[in-house]
Amino acid sequence: MNDAPGRKSGGETRRARGDFSAIRIHKRFEPSPTPQSGARHPIVIVGGGPVGMTLALDLGRRGHEIVILNQYDFIADGSKAICFSKRTLDIWNRLGVGRAMVEKGVSWNVGKVFRGARKEPIFQFDMLAQKDQEMPGFINLQQYWAEEILVDAAAALPNIDFRWGHQVAAIDLAENRLSVITDDGEYDLRADWIIAADGSKSPMRAMLGLDFEGRVFEDNFLIADVRFKEERPSERWFWFDPPWGGSSALLHKQPDDVWRLDFQLGWNIDRDAAKNDENVAARVRGMIGADHPFEKVWYSVYTFQCRRMKRFVHDRVIFVGDSAHLVSPFGARGCNGGVADVDNLGWKLDAVMRGADPALIETYNEEAIITADENILNSTRSTDFITPKSAVSAAFRSAVLDLAENYEFARPFVNSGRLSVAVSYPASELTTPDEDRWSGGVPPGSPALDAPLDGGWLLSRLGWEWKLLAAAPIKNAPLPVVILDDEKARARYALDGAGAYLIRPDQYVAARWKAFDPKKLEAARWLG
Amino acid sequence: MARLNTAKNIASPDDVYEMLIDLHRDCDEPESHRRNAKLILALANHVGDPEIIAEAVALARRSA
Ligand SMILES: Cc1cc2nc3c(=O)[nH]c(=O)nc-3n(C[C@H](O)[C@H](O)[C@H](O)COP(=O)(O)OP(=O)(O)OC[C@H]3O[C@@H](n4cnc5c(N)ncnc54)[C@H](O)[C@@H]3O)c2cc1C
Repeated sequence: MNDAPGRKSGGETRRARGDFSAIRIHKRFEPSPTPQSGARHPIVIVGGGPVGMTLALDLGRRGHEIVILNQYDFIADGSKAICFSKRTLDIWNRLGVGRAMVEKGVSWNVGKVFRGARKEPIFQFDMLAQKDQEMPGFINLQQYWAEEILVDAAAALPNIDFRWGHQVAAIDLAENRLSVITDDGEYDLRADWIIAADGSKSPMRAMLGLDFEGRVFEDNFLIADVRFKEERPSERWFWFDPPWGGSSALLHKQPDDVWRLDFQLGWNIDRDAAKNDENVAARVRGMIGADHPFEKVWYSVYTFQCRRMKRFVHDRVIFVGDSAHLVSPFGARGCNGGVADVDNLGWKLDAVMRGADPALIETYNEEAIITADENILNSTRSTDFITPKSAVSAAFRSAVLDLAENYEFARPFVNSGRLSVAVSYPASELTTPDEDRWSGGVPPGSPALDAPLDGGWLLSRLGWEWKLLAAAPIKNAPLPVVILDDEKARARYALDGAGAYLIRPDQYVAARWKAFDPKKLEAARWLG
Repeated sequence: MARLNTAKNIASPDDVYEMLIDLHRDCDEPESHRRNAKLILALANHVGDPEIIAEAVALARRSA
């Protein structure tokens, strides 16, 4: 496989699109025609992965003309993300694809951690501690199914121009111009805003010569996606020191009777030997039982890194998703973190394109970096627990696991991955700290919490714009008001009397007051 | 700030020191590390306050 643009082949001098023939394909698309050079567009998104597509859908639904360039003319098969978080599902639900994801996926809320052959978990968590919300705590869904659902939704919008088989080969920052290679030509286009959603190897990052700093971990993990029939609760099961050998293993249920088995392999291993069918089968049989028939779907060996760019906003080029930050997979914070980026960016770009101060984009840089740092911190800590780097670190891991079998105090130290949840921005400049005394509710800088409302759901009523959330009607309200005429919903927000919350278009709480007064809104200066 | 008690607080220091040494009398080095880790975790939990633990960690890091 050659990802690099500019490959020459067969004496041809014209630059050719990369050769992607080694990639297994989930679904192929007709390559999009090559347009004339010189067009100017408001927004061009480079990269048609889940993050770029989510942004296309967000801005597309807000009515903008979007061009999205994808070097592939297909959705790739293979094992990438499977675990999509509640927050990602809430975002996708706002975009109209949440239900489809949940219907195709396997919903789960509970994770259990086992040690050795012990039948009882040594640690257990629930990703939907607050029940009665529209979306589950997590779903498992193969990334290619999620991508297909996003592509279908984008295809239904005439203002999204999805270009398959269009590879960006160069960028001219002064002109905000991109050069694009297709199978039958080259062209260039200019854009007011360029979004780099081109994945972990990000050619855009490389073309601009930008940094990407952090830690590389050397431990190897084997993913075996296999098909077999089995009735098990849909929960995340993780083993330390599993009885069939190795130092850790993970089991996840996916749709269509596919299971993801993930084995920790260690440092100095023969990666090719590790994914050879015979060796994988031995491990799989160890986990699921020697006489349980199964079928290979996909085997791969991966290592991981935790790193990010210093800044995500570079003038009119904005980085989102894996191009901006990478985490270890423990915690499912990769794609979920990228979807959080574009949820944060979408409404800000929309506002700026409608005339708001472009400085608003800087708050994306600020908040997305807070999110990336929290994701990197959590995934690094999980990695340090799961793959200890020294004898003493290994001793601490064993000590925690020994103690957790008998002592409650040790169980919360057990770290098999802290799963992705929405990140809060209490100190962001978009957040107004409480001036009243609140007990409970949702603090400023945190995402709104779903609740049943009028036979539907609160989050779907919050929608896409700035809103007020109140217990009772507000006279001459300067913004649309969602009234919580439901006791359970009011309790979730600790709202009563004349209190109100100010909710951002990405459904984060910007401010809240015990007694709302329209003058207070002046504090929320980005309202426009 | 200093809330970690660095004044004398144990009535029979020789007894306590002996307990710490005895913990490792019958084991190899990896097992020793593991027992120390268990001991630290149990005591850290008993202390509970992360600031005090941070002070103890800083004290452990100092060369003298
Ligand atoms: C084994 C494994 C398990 C994972 N599990 C999870 C999980 O459970 N949950 C989770 O949240 N995350 C998980 N992740 C991470 C997740 O897969 C990534 O975070 C996610 O794919 C990032 O999406 P993206 O859109 O930013 O980038 P990508 O998915 O990499 O998409 C980038 C796109 O840009 C295109 N592109 C690249 N260069 C160019 C160019 N020059 N011109 C045009 N197009 C270009 C590519 O073709 C591609 O379509 C996992 C990853 C791995 C490897």
